[in-house]
Amino acid sequence: VGPGRAGPGAVGLGRAGADTVSAPAQGGGSAVIDMENMDDTSGSSFEDMGEMHQRMKEEEEEEAEGEAGAGEEEDGEFLGMKGLRGQLGRQVADQMWQVGKRQASRAFSLYANIDILRPYFDVEPVQVRARLLESMIPVKMINFPQKIAGELYGPLMLVFTLVAILLHGMKTSDTIIREGTLMGTAIGTCFGYWLGVSSFMYFLAYLCNAQITMVQMLSLLGYGLFGHCITLLVTYNIHFHSLFYIFWLVVGGLSTLRMVAVLVSRTVGHTQRLILCGTLAALHMLFLLYLHFAYHKVVEGILDTLEGPNMPPFQRVARDIPVVSNAVLNTTAKTIALTL
Amino acid sequence: FPGLADVSISQDIPVEGEITVPVGSQSPDDDYSTLDEPVKDTIMRDLKAVGKKFVHVMYPRKSSALLRDWDLWGPLVLCVSLALMLQGGSADSKDDGGPQFAEVFVIIWFGAVVITLNSKLLGGTISFFQSLCVLGYCVMPLTVAMLVCRLVLLAGAGTASFIVRLIVVGAMFAWSTLASTAFLADSQPPNRKALVVYPIFLFYFVISWMILTFTPQ
Repeated sequence: VGPGRAGPGAVGLGRAGADTVSAPAQGGGSAVIDMENMDDTSGSSFEDMGEMHQRMKEEEEEEAEGEAGAGEEEDGEFLGMKGLRGQLGRQVADQMWQVGKRQASRAFSLYANIDILRPYFDVEPVQVRARLLESMIPVKMINFPQKIAGELYGPLMLVFTLVAILLHGMKTSDTIIREGTLMGTAIGTCFGYWLGVSSFMYFLAYLCNAQITMVQMLSLLGYGLFGHCITLLVTYNIHFHSLFYIFWLVVGGLSTLRMVAVLVSRTVGHTQRLILCGTLAALHMLFLLYLHFAYHKVVEGILDTLEGPNMPPFQRVARDIPVVSNAVLNTTAKTIALTL
Repeated sequence: FPGLADVSISQDIPVEGEITVPVGSQSPDDDYSTLDEPVKDTIMRDLKAVGKKFVHVMYPRKSSALLRDWDLWGPLVLCVSLALMLQGGSADSKDDGGPQFAEVFVIIWFGAVVITLNSKLLGGTISFFQSLCVLGYCVMPLTVAMLVCRLVLLAGAGTASFIVRLIVVGAMFAWSTLASTAFLADSQPPNRKALVVYPIFLFYFVISWMILTFTPQ
């Protein structure tokens, strides 16, 4: 550590500061330090350290080139100020600045990504439950734009629930997946539907001049999956084809009607309304059909549903055998159907 | 030191000297103390930490040891053993029926990451790796359930074994979910606990379902 010159160094600062403030022309050959940066607080901010570091580097180069006598006084004072920080201090400041800059940029890029999504997750459980129930109730007022909550927690949880239900359904039926895995297929299907159909409907809404944002579209379609979850949960366990059709029409229809009514309330023009709502209804209902039938190996044809209630329920060849649960549920459903 | 009360330094006299910071004699010893110890001590210390966390999972109490010194050794061991035991559960070797090793591995880690992100977005005060650590350690009851299922399946694959497996897996699933919510739900604002518990419930439900529907070749 070099000798520390407290006395002339401090005074040198003051004097040089007075010089620069009062007579900027005295800067001369060596660069003038902007004394405004040399407060007590400047050591703590990284930008100031960076500037000081930059200026010190320039100073070093200038000193190395030519030590003319003209700049000796400023050099002396400058050396005093440099002596104040010292060689070690400069290096420490340099290192700290670089490390801090790297850490700050890394932390910012990490947290900035999460914070973008934070406002969409700001919900209470009561609100989520209310929105789940509302998604099955079609609104009546279509002349006034209906409010859509731009929230992503509910839709995301519903998509994951649908994935879990699909896994359960694929396990209890004879689904043969040649390439890929069970989990990959389920996740790909559900997320692909949610994100893909939302984007497509947003694009159509943009074409048809409907007033809806992407987040609102994601939220609307996500909550519409609640009907799908209920239908599939029931019909994967009770294997009645006619039961599935009833659920498809009633539950799927209700959630489709709600989505369609909300969209209609936000669009003007008959053709546009027709295009938007027709597409959404078709995609939504067809998805439920696809989920039910594609993940089941149909052994007998659809003729079973046209027979009367005396026919035995649809027998599926389960690859893996939770015999007890299926048998119990099937016999209860059969007895209920027979007594009706 | 009354004589120093009126000491004033003239501003013309330069103050010179050497500033040396005395290096404490303890720090070199501290630096080398964990480097010089025998390897057995290091391994035993880590193993003891992992074992203590397992005990915390077995008897979930509100203790901060699991959160304070998080580590991912336990979750890794549990995940690998569960994935190894779940492998080869397909009825037909041609079809890709049962979950493969990579599938189970990815489910566990991807699910844990999603739950952690969800709890952070909902305003949780727990850090990323602490949450991963808790979720990973709470897979332990399900690993035990998998062991028991495999042993039961060695005896036979009938209705009775299914009922036994169902009860065991159900109990372990409840234990896992309760253990992880005991640790994780405390870091949330009180009215949003249900929002954090539900994805954890789904996560352990999927793993339990994979365990329950496992049939060996």
